[in-house]
Amino acid sequence: MIRQLFKYREMLLVVVIAILVAAFSTRSPGFARPANLANIFNDTSILIILALGQMTVILTKSIDLSVAANVAFTGMAVGMLNAAHPDLPLAAIVLVALGIGAVLGAINGLFVWKLGIPSIVVTLGTLTIYRGMAFVLSGGAWVNAHQMTEPFLQTPRQLFLGLPLLGWTAIVIVGIMYLIMSRTFLGRAIYASGGNPTAAVYAGIDVGRTRFYAFVISGTLAGLCAYLWVSRYAVAYVDIAAGFELDTVAACVIGGISTLGGIGTVAGAVLGALFLGVIKNALPVIDISPFAQMAISGSVIIAAVIFNARQERRRGRIILRDRGASEEIGVAA
Amino acid sequence: MNQIAMSDQRLETPLLEMRGISKSFPGVKALNDVNIALYAGKVTALIGENGAGKSTLVKILTGIYQSDEGEIRVDGDAVSFTNAQDAIDFGVTAIHQETVLFDELSVAENIFLGHAPKTRLGFVNWKAVNARALALLHSLESNIDPRTRLKNLSIAQRHLVAIARALSVEARIVIMDEPTAALSRKEVDDLFQIVRRLKGQGKAILFISHKFDEVYEIADNYAVFRDGKAVGSGVLAGTGQDEIVRLMVGRSIEHAFPKVEIPLGEAVLSVENYTHPTEFRDITFTLRKGEIFGIYGLVGAGRSEICQSLFGVTRPSGGKLRLHGEEITIGSPGEAIKAGIVYVPEERGRHGAVLELPIYQNISLPSLTRTSRSGFLRASEEFALARKYAERFDLRAAALSVPVGTLSGGNQQKVVIGKWLATQPKILILDEPTKGIDIGSKAAVHAFISELAGEGLSIIMVSSELPEILGMSDRVLVMREGLSAGIYERNHLNAETLVRAATGNA
Ligand SMILES: Nc1ncnc2c1ncn2[C@@H]1O[C@H](COP(=O)(O)OP(=O)(O)OP(=O)(O)O)[C@@H](O)[C@H]1O
Ligand SMILES: [Mg+2]
Repeated sequence: MIRQLFKYREMLLVVVIAILVAAFSTRSPGFARPANLANIFNDTSILIILALGQMTVILTKSIDLSVAANVAFTGMAVGMLNAAHPDLPLAAIVLVALGIGAVLGAINGLFVWKLGIPSIVVTLGTLTIYRGMAFVLSGGAWVNAHQMTEPFLQTPRQLFLGLPLLGWTAIVIVGIMYLIMSRTFLGRAIYASGGNPTAAVYAGIDVGRTRFYAFVISGTLAGLCAYLWVSRYAVAYVDIAAGFELDTVAACVIGGISTLGGIGTVAGAVLGALFLGVIKNALPVIDISPFAQMAISGSVIIAAVIFNARQERRRGRIILRDRGASEEIGVAA
Repeated sequence: MNQIAMSDQRLETPLLEMRGISKSFPGVKALNDVNIALYAGKVTALIGENGAGKSTLVKILTGIYQSDEGEIRVDGDAVSFTNAQDAIDFGVTAIHQETVLFDELSVAENIFLGHAPKTRLGFVNWKAVNARALALLHSLESNIDPRTRLKNLSIAQRHLVAIARALSVEARIVIMDEPTAALSRKEVDDLFQIVRRLKGQGKAILFISHKFDEVYEIADNYAVFRDGKAVGSGVLAGTGQDEIVRLMVGRSIEHAFPKVEIPLGEAVLSVENYTHPTEFRDITFTLRKGEIFGIYGLVGAGRSEICQSLFGVTRPSGGKLRLHGEEITIGSPGEAIKAGIVYVPEERGRHGAVLELPIYQNISLPSLTRTSRSGFLRASEEFALARKYAERFDLRAAALSVPVGTLSGGNQQKVVIGKWLATQPKILILDEPTKGIDIGSKAAVHAFISELAGEGLSIIMVSSELPEILGMSDRVLVMREGLSAGIYERNHLNAETLVRAATGNA
């Protein structure tokens, strides 16, 4: 039944997002146009991808606070690589980004797995270290648009069926993550490790190793986002994506990923990210100052979380009554 | 049914009465218009199959759940329990089936959490807390140190702590939801001593158990539930077990232990001088093909600990293990499963099931390599596997896709047993295999164990239930305080010998 509740929660998010879009479009008529919606989706792509990485980690009862720092370091590295070797094909650069991201994620994972240090401590440390490494690597210098090659900057912007490749990348990642989480051994191990670590151990699952893989997934996705980010904003510097790790956690929480681990779905994380994306894109449209924007975004996050929690409780009771009335479902699956 | 006794009771107002109680969960009507009455100085046994609604009633009585309909009366006055504190204020205390205790707190803190004795200045009076905890534990004949952390205790010791916690409250109504499930005969006797004392003090006691010998020993009245309905109640004296069983399952059940004599094969597993730094020492035995090897002993004798180290959860500090004559070491449960050794742990909630995951995913969890193809899971295979074992053990659930956390205690048990049998092991270690399982399903589990032995599986069975040990085992290792107190052959098995060996009373 918990499952059904969560399906319901996801439906609820869809409805809330739709209402938001409708409400904003009364203030700004163009808001709900397909082109603008595609634009919002594209704009939220990076958050979606990072939130999926964060979700994987949170499901195993851990947290990855270093994702944004990973983006900054890897972004700096690929930006400099592109500037220094303009003839290197883009595919190679993306592979390097994935590789560096994966290694940074693996470092987190190793500390958690082999030394048994709580993930919040490990990633709080690597959060500063990775950003510090970005500074050391660049000496504090920026990589600017004119130093970057045409394919590096333009490829994610190519339109395909009205949506830039950046957006398509997010869609592909969502598909892959869905497959991993629902159809593979690793996915099941991730849910079991977070849901009941002791029982998972008894079932022959190596919980430490599973957490390690979760961090590697999160790191790899951060590496991918590093390239996407630098390309999208056409600049690499030490402070890019500062604080963005909190947005990924917020997206997960709004999307119903339990911070205690073991509960949550890909759809939830994606919708949580989209919810934040819609809010961020809507506030400037309806002329709200940047400072008020931040305060409003924050309040909306808290409100959404409270709303979600309360809604769930109440919904629980309603369903209990309905089901009780409609009697048995029968042991058929 | 017992007319005289019934009318006798009508003269007296019940200390606690529940009328017309109904409670639904998604897909299940757990309680349907149930009435039950508890009387001062009387023990009422609540009997019913797994999933009959017993624990749900307990949770309503303790304010954890609220009933959809119906009323509760204390001393004839209607009361409402909207949370656990309300129930405590009205003098209701309970030993729950799934005890919730805190690993990082001391035993004494666990016992007095929320109602610790205070000093005059309002601070916790630690001296009194520890002293009273010690006294309570002593009355249970237990020598657990109240200052140790709970996490250092064995399952059965935790259980004693839970009992002490329930008894630490000044209560008029004491509810015990399968309090004896983890206890051996000796501790059960101690507990019953206390129950009789409580009776003498005029308390009303609700006692839930699947063990009829205990019910007849301690209870005065009975109430039987079937599928969420109260189907009968009365005075126990003069009511036969058959009659109660018939009320309970709607037919009669014969529970002869279905032990099948099969010729034992070659030695499969030899355990030589197995030693653990703190829990057990110098344990030696051989397990043969087709054998059911029982391990009996008092709570805390180190039985579960041996199993855990054979399964790679803990490492022994000395001794050897041979599988088919070859020396092996088992470093993790994963390695044990690969070697064909599986362990059905005693504490299903903590070790056995992932409560958030659906039934079918729990059953397939240790068998995923078989139900998946090149790393990809196949839901249809998982369902097929789960359905097979669910049917086998008569699992009562709305669907195989509901989370295990929503099942009754006994049904969770069945999921865990099914999960391990589904791995098709060569050596099966069962820790209290029928703990919390009703008699009908118990017979099914026993029959299945016999069948597995007949197929050539080797089985180690830890049990605190003498009839089970006596009825099922080919040989029995008796343990006392971490040491072997002898291995007894089937033809030398009798209750007296085993108990004497286990307690050390010559
Ligand atoms: N929290 C819950 N959510 C959904 N269903 C529940 C919940 N708790 C109990 N149930 C259902 O209510 C029914 C009665 O369960 P209950 O735990 O009261 O049984 P029980 O008589 O105590 O059984 P057992 O002997 O196995 O302990 C079962 O079908 C169970 O699946
Ligand atoms: Mg129960």
